[in-house]
Parts: sequence; structure tokens; C-alpha cells
Amino acid sequence: MSNIDKHEITLNINGNSTSLTVEGRTLLHDTLRRAGMVSVHAGCEHGVCGACTVRINGQSARSCITLAVQVDGDEITTVESLAKGEELNIIQEAFWRRHGLQCGFCTPGMLMRVTEFLEENPDPTRDEAREAIASNLCRCTGYQHIIDSVIEAAARLRGEEWSDDAGIPARELGDATEVSN
Amino acid sequence: MGLGGMNKLNWIGRSLPRVEDKKFLMGRGGYIDDMDLHGMLHVAVLRSPFAHAIIKGMDTSAAEALPGVVAVITGKQAAELCDWMPDFNPEPNLHKWRVLADEKVRYVGEGVAVVVAESRYIAEDGRDLIEVDYEPLAPVPSARKAQEAGAALLHDGMESNVAHDSTLAFGDVDGEFERAAHIVREHVYWGRTAAQPMETAGSVASYNPGNGMLTIHANSVALTNFSFLVAGTLKIDSNKLDLVPMPAGGSFGSKFWATRATVTAGMCSKFLGRPVKYVEDRLDHALSCDHHGSEREYDIEMAISADGEFRALRLVCTDDYGAYFQFGLGTHGNAMSQVIGPYDIKAISYRAVGVLTNKCQQGAYRGFGSEVHNFALERLVDKAAIELGVDALELRRKNFITPDKFPHKIPGGNVYDSGNYEAVLQEALKDARLDYWRAEQAKAREEGRYVGIGIVTQQERSVYAANEWWFFRGAEGVSSVPESVSLHVDALGKVSVTMYSTAFWGNSPETVAAQVLGEELGVNPDEVSFAYQGTNKGLPGSGPGGSRFTVMITGAVQGASAKIRDKAIKIAAHMLEVAEGDLEYVNGGVQVKGDPSQRKSLAEIAIMPRLFKHQLPDDITSGFDADMVYDHPYTTLPTADRSDLGIFYPMMAHATHIAVVEVDVETGGVKFLDYIAVHDCGTVVNPRSLDGQVIGGLAQGVGQALYEEFVYDDEGQIQSSSWLDYLIPSAMEIPEVRLGHHETPSPFTPYGMKGGGEGGRMHAPAAIASAVDDALKPLGATRATHLPLTPERIISMVNGH
Repeated sequence: MSNIDKHEITLNINGNSTSLTVEGRTLLHDTLRRAGMVSVHAGCEHGVCGACTVRINGQSARSCITLAVQVDGDEITTVESLAKGEELNIIQEAFWRRHGLQCGFCTPGMLMRVTEFLEENPDPTRDEAREAIASNLCRCTGYQHIIDSVIEAAARLRGEEWSDDAGIPARELGDATEVSN
Repeated sequence: MGLGGMNKLNWIGRSLPRVEDKKFLMGRGGYIDDMDLHGMLHVAVLRSPFAHAIIKGMDTSAAEALPGVVAVITGKQAAELCDWMPDFNPEPNLHKWRVLADEKVRYVGEGVAVVVAESRYIAEDGRDLIEVDYEPLAPVPSARKAQEAGAALLHDGMESNVAHDSTLAFGDVDGEFERAAHIVREHVYWGRTAAQPMETAGSVASYNPGNGMLTIHANSVALTNFSFLVAGTLKIDSNKLDLVPMPAGGSFGSKFWATRATVTAGMCSKFLGRPVKYVEDRLDHALSCDHHGSEREYDIEMAISADGEFRALRLVCTDDYGAYFQFGLGTHGNAMSQVIGPYDIKAISYRAVGVLTNKCQQGAYRGFGSEVHNFALERLVDKAAIELGVDALELRRKNFITPDKFPHKIPGGNVYDSGNYEAVLQEALKDARLDYWRAEQAKAREEGRYVGIGIVTQQERSVYAANEWWFFRGAEGVSSVPESVSLHVDALGKVSVTMYSTAFWGNSPETVAAQVLGEELGVNPDEVSFAYQGTNKGLPGSGPGGSRFTVMITGAVQGASAKIRDKAIKIAAHMLEVAEGDLEYVNGGVQVKGDPSQRKSLAEIAIMPRLFKHQLPDDITSGFDADMVYDHPYTTLPTADRSDLGIFYPMMAHATHIAVVEVDVETGGVKFLDYIAVHDCGTVVNPRSLDGQVIGGLAQGVGQALYEEFVYDDEGQIQSSSWLDYLIPSAMEIPEVRLGHHETPSPFTPYGMKGGGEGGRMHAPAAIASAVDDALKPLGATRATHLPLTPERIISMVNGH
């Protein structure tokens, strides 16, 4: 263990080519966190829960059971890539309006999985959405509001308006005294 | 209640998107593991492979020689660096626990040494190089075996492994049982689970030897008014410890008071004079978190009159507690708060036996003992209906405490503040389509399929007072459970809130405070900012727990807002040259009563005490801030003779849950066909947020009922320490829930709110078990009284075992 092998690798993280020195055993999730992508959360650390889900060349994957050296030269996408500055993307905003999160710890992995899913299936049924997110565990929500968020996001991505029961941010409501009657 | 003159609520009651959420959606939540300090070191904990063993010796030399390892601290050394761990049990001298075991290990996974290194990888390498010489002792793998003659003793100072055995009785229990026309008995087992949040417990400690200050950022210390206990363990002055709360990636009780990670990091940082991070990995957290949930066995019986009136309840509850007794019988005190459920039972006897075993210690998990009692009571009520040959719903209805009886003092002393159980049940039945499901059930039976309907009506106590800590003991206890906020209005009229405990763990403390501020100060909830202050200089806080935070933070925000409004009116009176009495605070500003044209906005007012104090009357000081320490709104102390335990958990929410399941009698699998949950949590602040709490708790109830269990074998070896074996439900295991809310406002809280954070988990297990029973009725199966109802257990029930 004292002479641990070192490897020079290059990852394309959210569009930025990043050169890193890692050990052969260094996990991808640790590597990404060290590179500043702290959205990549270690939940179970044995590939069950999906909190560490990132996309590798577009494919969702568990970064806690992936070695960094395995993905040398690959494109890695994390939640840090989704929002534009202060502006959430549509999927993030759907999660916000439909309360698709509580503690937020599984959320980045969930968002990466849902992003992939909606690219494959832009008009899912609730059952399809449920099955799609069964790859990722959430201990807070009981999943129902996540599924609501997926359906909401899909509709918005197809160009539809926010549904009537999607929450409206207080800032958009402005002075509630004028609208609450 | 609320703001005088403002009857209509503008923000409370709206399903606003939560103000906490955007940062989490961006991956910028700022959890404990996201924190890095310059020169920070990392910890790995070496854990015992034995359930029960003497530590004869330890060789750490190879670990210490490993490049990158900075220190190894053994349990023996830790015992010199640290005092005993904080403990809330009645006789802490008999069964003390340490941050690391020093002489003896008492469960698989108990820490025996830590390695501190430049990276977690190196710390774990070092850990593998430590040699420990154990002398195994006979394991004590269950409460039953722990009480057998000749069982090994976990703690040498004790005469047996029974840490506590006492009975609380109120009313004429024996007389009621003598007079009873029917006595119904049930035996119930509740398997050991744990909250297992997605994020484990963790801390970053930084000790400055120059001034002796130890600053520890932690995601797991809500009871901040007890931080002095952590200082005592770390052997520093209580005013030199600053415990700074961090957002938590879930808790469900597990981070209510989890001090081991904090003491681990603090001990290492103080010893080395460098910043140290310790975040449990999943194995650490599964084997040796501060809080496994309850593992309990009940013998419970009820005396029932000839016409079906519940008269008295008598139970013996044995806790298979684990190795240490950190909360004593607090989880039974908790159950005592709603011991009679929603039923007008006149007398109760509650014997609680706490038995120490070679397992991880118990602590808090969503319900804190009340959920287990709910399960036992509803299983008993279902059985009573069968034995009496009456409809289970009608039996419940007949015994409901009716709305005219509130506030209702229950045997023991707690008061139920308000409620309307029939209305909640009606609302659930309205949506349940029971006729449809009964027809489906009949059709299914003809096809050899087994569909069942389970209905439970249960309590959901909220807003605890500390009184419960001293149940089952005679000593004086603490009584303070305050919550505090500070409000700050800056020169431009923007409002900031400071909170004083680990407030966020997936609940909505900021959203609640922001919506209340919308009412109280007329500010837009999305424009409020939030900060969390550490315990050093902090106002007292108790944090979330016992479904208290919404009510308590609302009281604190309301009180602080009143102070801000008073000052605003004083300043505006001067600015408008109008008498204070002629002014009112309306919609984010101060105006002449009835004349909105003479008005100053909060921003116009705020700049005065911030920048122009000397243009104001002398009695108006600079600054525009208000502190509020809000104490429990409705609690009383126990009487000296404990004939009345006092009011300690009075905001009594209620729920009806209806589960419809299909049981596959070949595989033992249970599938949901429908699920209805109607809750009455008083005035609802944010309906969608409350829905989320209900469904999330319900999902944990599904896990408890069907999937999750920390199984220990006869050697005390844990069989389900990974999430491959400890089965957290995925989306495929959780039903779509149809939700409803009934609102019976509490007469004792701001806006009439009650807590609802633990609800789903308090109700789902009994509803599911009842539905499984109903499904298997034609097969003559044994009843679903042993959780979890794994496929093996279901098959065994079908086979009559």
C-alpha cells in the first residue's frame, strides 16, 4: 500500500477538459468531488442507492463503484451542468414546483437519472416514470412527488404550460394579498 | 391568533415551492462532507468483529508507520482524552458508553480505534494494519436470552442485563379487568430498523490551541441547549465549544442527538491541533449509528365491556435495547402521550422493560416509540373486533373520543388538545371506494387471489415537552424545550432570519418561517434570507424532533415579528408625526388606521434606526433586530407523587389510513392496490410540503412493515449491514397515495398548527398488517403481528404458524 500507483487521466467534466492524477483505486465519485463537483453524493457507497449517479458519455452510472481510471477520456456530466447561473433548468424547476425533494441528498443523482430517462421517453406514463426512478433510492419523499415532477418536467419539455397544481414560487406571486381571494 | 386585525391568511395554507430547495437542486446544499478546511485530516474507525469480547491488546505500530497516517488513537487513549458519552438514561453510571470501546466491546461494529490521516483512503489503509487481540465472551443476542439465568453480563456493574423494569398505572386497571365482559390479548413483535438517511452523520472539528476554542460543524446535533454535555465529554469548557449546525441529508430522528461523530472529530482535532473531518460511511452508520430504532415485544390486553366499550389497557413491553441505554425509557414516555389512541379508555397499566443486548444501541426513529405503540394498539383493536364478532370500524367509532370532550385529559396526565376523529374517518371513507374494493376482493377470491383492506385510526402526537424524559424515574428532570429565532431588518428593509439548531434535515424550517413572516411582516417569503448560528452565543434551541418544529419556529417568528412591528410603529410615528396609537402595521408597512395614503414601507422605516438614529427620539436605539425565545405553549409539570405526569405532548394530530393490498400466497409478496391517508394536523402551513412528509413517512412504514430489518444471529453477528440486505423500499415498493387533510385547529398554538412530520410512519404498518390479515382471512392464516412481514413470514402465516 505504500507505493500506490498513480495515473494521469483526463476527464471531460461538464464540458471542461480536466487533467487529474489519481490512484488506480480512486473512485470516480471521490475524484469528482475533489474536482469541485460536490453534487456527487456518497449515499450507500456500494452501488445500491444511486445518490452518486452521474452520466458517463450520456449513460447514467454509479460513480461510487466506478474507478476514475476506467473513465479516462470520457465525458462526465453532473448536476452542476444543469442550471444556467441562477436559473434552474426545466427538470430542476419541475422538481422545485412539485416538491420533488425534501433533504436534497438523493436529488442530484435523481436529476441525472431523470434527465437521461426523459431523453429516451419524452412522454412517459406515471408507471414508466416510477419504474425509471426505481434505480435511485430516496428516503424522504416516498417517490410520489418525484414522479409528479418527472411528469411535469416531461410536459414542459414538450412545450406545455405548467400544470394547474404545480406550485408557483412566492416571488412570482408577488404580494399575495392581491391574489389570494 | 396571529396578527391583530388581519383575519385572512395570505401565505399560510399555500403550496409554495420551498425556499430551501434551489440550492439542493443545483447540488449546492452545503452538506457536512462538502466542507473542507486548510490542512484538514480524515478519520477512519476500526470496528469490532465480535459482539462481545474483551480487548486484551492492540498493536498500532504498522498503522502509525504508514506514510500519511498522522495518529492512531486507541479506545484506551480515547478514554483518557474524553469523558463518557452524553447520556439521557436514568442510571448512567451503570451502563456508560464511550466514543470508542476501551476495555470491552459490546456489539459488532463498535469502534475500538481511530486512524487520522491525510486522506480517508490512507486512514482506511492504516486501519487495516491495526492488530487487535480480542478475548471473545458469550454473546447476548436477544432480550429473551439476556434474561436467562447464567446469561453473560454486558455491564459488570449491573446485577442483570435488565436496565430498567417499571410500571406506570393510572385508573382502576385491575377492577376494569375483573369486571370486563371480554378480555382481548395480543402478542406483537416490532422488528429492529433504523432511519438510515441517505446522508450519514458527520462533523468537521477545528481546535485552536491559542484560545482553546473548539468549533465543530455537524449535521447531527439538534438539542443545542444540551451542547454543554458534548463539551463535558471532550473535556473543554462549555463556553469554548461552538457546535455549528449544517443542513442534514435526512434524519428521521437519527440526527436528533447523534454525538459520536462530533466527539470523534472533536477528540482528534483537539489532540492534534488540526482540523479533522469524520463522516460515517454507510457501514459505520448501519453497524454503529447512534440510533437504531425500537426492537420491541408486546404482551397487550384490553378489558372490554359487554356492549363493546374499551375500558382498560394493560401491556408489558420489552425493549431489546442494544448495548447502551442512551435514552432510557424515553421512547415509552413518548408512547404514554397517546397511550389510549383515539379511544376513550379509562385506565391503563404500562410496564416497560429495557433489556441490554449485544446490538447497536437504540435511539430515535420517526415516531420515537409512539409508532410502535400505535401498531400494537391497532392490532389489538382489530383482534377485539374479530373476537367480539363486530365490525372493526364500528368498534372504533363507538370508542372514539368525541369532539365535545376536548381538551381531553388521558390516563397518565397528558392532554389531547383537540380533534374530530369521525370527520377524519368520514373523509377517508368518502374517497376509499370500499364497496368497489369489497367487490374486487370477492372476485379475486373466486380466482384464488387474495385481496385485503386494512383501516386504522391513529394518533399522531406533536410538539413534545421535555417532561417525558423523566417518565419511569423519580428524579427531577429538565423542562425546557425552547426554540429561538432572531430577525434582522437591514437598512433596505430586507429581512434575515437566524436559527439556532440543526433545523434542516429535509423538513421545511425556512419555508415555514418565510410563510409566517409573510403573514407577520408582510414580506415575500422568497425574499427572506436564512442563517444558522452555533451554540456558542446562540439562543436556546431544541431543533426538530417530536414533530415540534413547525409549531415552535412559528411561535418564535411570531414573537420576534411583534417586536419588529412595535419598533416599526414607533419609528413611523415619528416619521409621520402621528401618535403610535393611530398607526397599524399592514401589508409590509405602517400606515394611519384607515388611511393607506399616510404610509411608510418597511424599507423606508428600516433605514432610520440603521443609519439615522440621532434623528429619532432618544428611546429608539440603533439597529432593527429582534430575538425571541419561544417556550412550549402548553405543558405542565408532573405531580411529585407521579399520580399525574403532566401535560407533555398535547398537540394531538390524528389520521385514518386505508391500505388495499394483494397478497401472493405462493411467493409471500405483498402488492398495493390502493392507499388512502387522511390527516388532521390542525392548520396546514404548506399542504404539499405536509403531503410530502406524510408520504415519506408512509414509505418508511412500508419498509418497516414489509422489508427492512437489522437481523442479528445467535452469535450477535449482524446479517443485514449493507443495503443489499437491509431493504430500503424503491419506487416500485411504494404505493400511489391518495391524500386528504382535515383541519381541526389547535387552541393552544400559533395559527392552530399541529405537527405532522412523523405521521406516515405512525400509521402505515398497522394499516398494512390489517390489510394482509383481511386478505388471508379465507385461508385461516395466523395474524400479522410480527414485523417485518417478509415473504417467509407471510408463507409461514398462510401455513398457520
